[in-house]
Amino acid sequence: MTPMNPGAPPVLVRKLSKSYGGANAVDGVSFEIQEGETFALLGPNGAGKSTTIEILEGYRDRSSGEVSVLGADPAHAGLDWKARLGIVLQSSGESGNVTVLEQLTHFARYYPKPRSVGEVIEAVGLAGKAKTRISKLSGGQRRRVDVALGIIGRPELLFLDEPTTGFDPEARRQFWALIGQLKAEGTTILLTTHYLDEAATLADRAGVIVGGKLVDIGGIDEIGGAQAKVPIVRWRQAGVGHSQRTAEPSALAARLYAEAGGEVEALDISRPSLEDIYLNLVGAGAVADPADQEVEA
Amino acid sequence: MRTLRLGWFRIGYELRLYFRQGDSVFFTFLFPILMLSVFAVAFSTSPNIGAPPDGSGGITWAAFYVPGMVAAGMLLSGVQNLGVDIAGEKGDGTLKRLGGIPLPVFSYFCGKIGMVLASSVLQVTLLLLVARFAFNVPMPQGADKWFTFAWVFLFGVITSCVLGIALSALPRTGKSATAVVIPIVLLLQFISGVYLNFAQLPGWLQNFASIFPLKWMAQGMRAVFLPRSFEAMEPGGAWNLGLVALVMGVWLVAGLLLCRFTFRWIRRDG
Repeated sequence: MTPMNPGAPPVLVRKLSKSYGGANAVDGVSFEIQEGETFALLGPNGAGKSTTIEILEGYRDRSSGEVSVLGADPAHAGLDWKARLGIVLQSSGESGNVTVLEQLTHFARYYPKPRSVGEVIEAVGLAGKAKTRISKLSGGQRRRVDVALGIIGRPELLFLDEPTTGFDPEARRQFWALIGQLKAEGTTILLTTHYLDEAATLADRAGVIVGGKLVDIGGIDEIGGAQAKVPIVRWRQAGVGHSQRTAEPSALAARLYAEAGGEVEALDISRPSLEDIYLNLVGAGAVADPADQEVEA
Repeated sequence: MRTLRLGWFRIGYELRLYFRQGDSVFFTFLFPILMLSVFAVAFSTSPNIGAPPDGSGGITWAAFYVPGMVAAGMLLSGVQNLGVDIAGEKGDGTLKRLGGIPLPVFSYFCGKIGMVLASSVLQVTLLLLVARFAFNVPMPQGADKWFTFAWVFLFGVITSCVLGIALSALPRTGKSATAVVIPIVLLLQFISGVYLNFAQLPGWLQNFASIFPLKWMAQGMRAVFLPRSFEAMEPGGAWNLGLVALVMGVWLVAGLLLCRFTFRWIRRDG
């Protein structure tokens, strides 16, 4: 029987490492996810996001470190443990010779307390496609089937590995609404995504992983530290571009206006978005650790 | 109990998927029937086989090929069908998905084996109907013959399934599965007395073929479908049903052990 640890948070990761033939795909990553929280794992392709999530899902063994998922070690957890998880994998390429309705009805049978098949199909926006074979669906629609299969078992913990790749903007909004609903029901969610607006909308906290290392972790508003949020003022003077970061951008602009004796050329004041901060972190990580980048390439 | 109940659900699901897949239905399900028809038509003007010099008696070539085709069907449904099918499911992510849900591995196997049993019963029924009514092959008489047929068939199909599951670990990608599996089953069919008269193969080849289970499945089926006068043509001069059961049993156990130790929902990493 799997040892259970009822006091632990749903996800607890301590100094997790995974090496393939000497190279570290994941290198000393630590984080935890509290009950009901949505946590986003961000990072470039090959940074180690999927390896991390697949270790938590029980697909891969770890090289070292401590991992607890719903109170159990995923490397030795059983079917009762799997029944409490929902997994949306990064890719799926099944032949799909079953209809959406058949597939969900079949998968619902594996779980002790499944959601209603009709409601799930409705929630992922496939009500009109319920009797269509999965092979006949578009890429975005198949992705919604993946999401539907991930939530049919009423999971306590949901893993979403790049769930909205291939969605059009409207489908992405619908998906966000669905995740909002799951959050409201108390589902704990671990999300990886390429879309920073998605992380900003859905996640309570995020971790940024670069070259297998966690380079930052915190609330969505805190990522990059207070310094990262400082506005940037950009302008041109005598054909030369300037930029300066300041907590008082209006004062700087006023001073430039006074000095120029009129309109300042190409004046722009902006606050870094999560995307800017993220790109900054990822860029810094790449510079700081060129060896890792080479491994990932 | 849950494992068996889920296994039962899997059988229905697998059968539905199987018959929706046009190519596998054609190549594994109808293949023995097509081959029997080809041989029966090709040799329809040849004199009977096993006839004394005066040309009377003996059996038609269609009748002679029935046991081999039954055995080929057993092998194809199990080894070829499952070997390719499961390697494909591993390649396209189906198994990875199943590995993430509370589905016991044994239930998955039950689904596959149940699907093969159901489709191969249908297959052999069709094959025998075609043999009987299209090519006028007389069917075995007596309960003891049909009892032999039942146990050789069931035992053989289940052994084939287990070997197919074990073999599915071999191809490195789903796409290469047919290239790995089909040559193996094709070669076995040629050396095991399915297409070629086993009695006419050289002794060393007969001995080599005797290592593998298909030769014994075919021999068991010859004991059911061929007249007594053919028994003397067997290598040991007898149908040797005890040995048929023994060799299939050894392969079954070996296959189960292989499955137990090699089957994984996803490829091992690192």
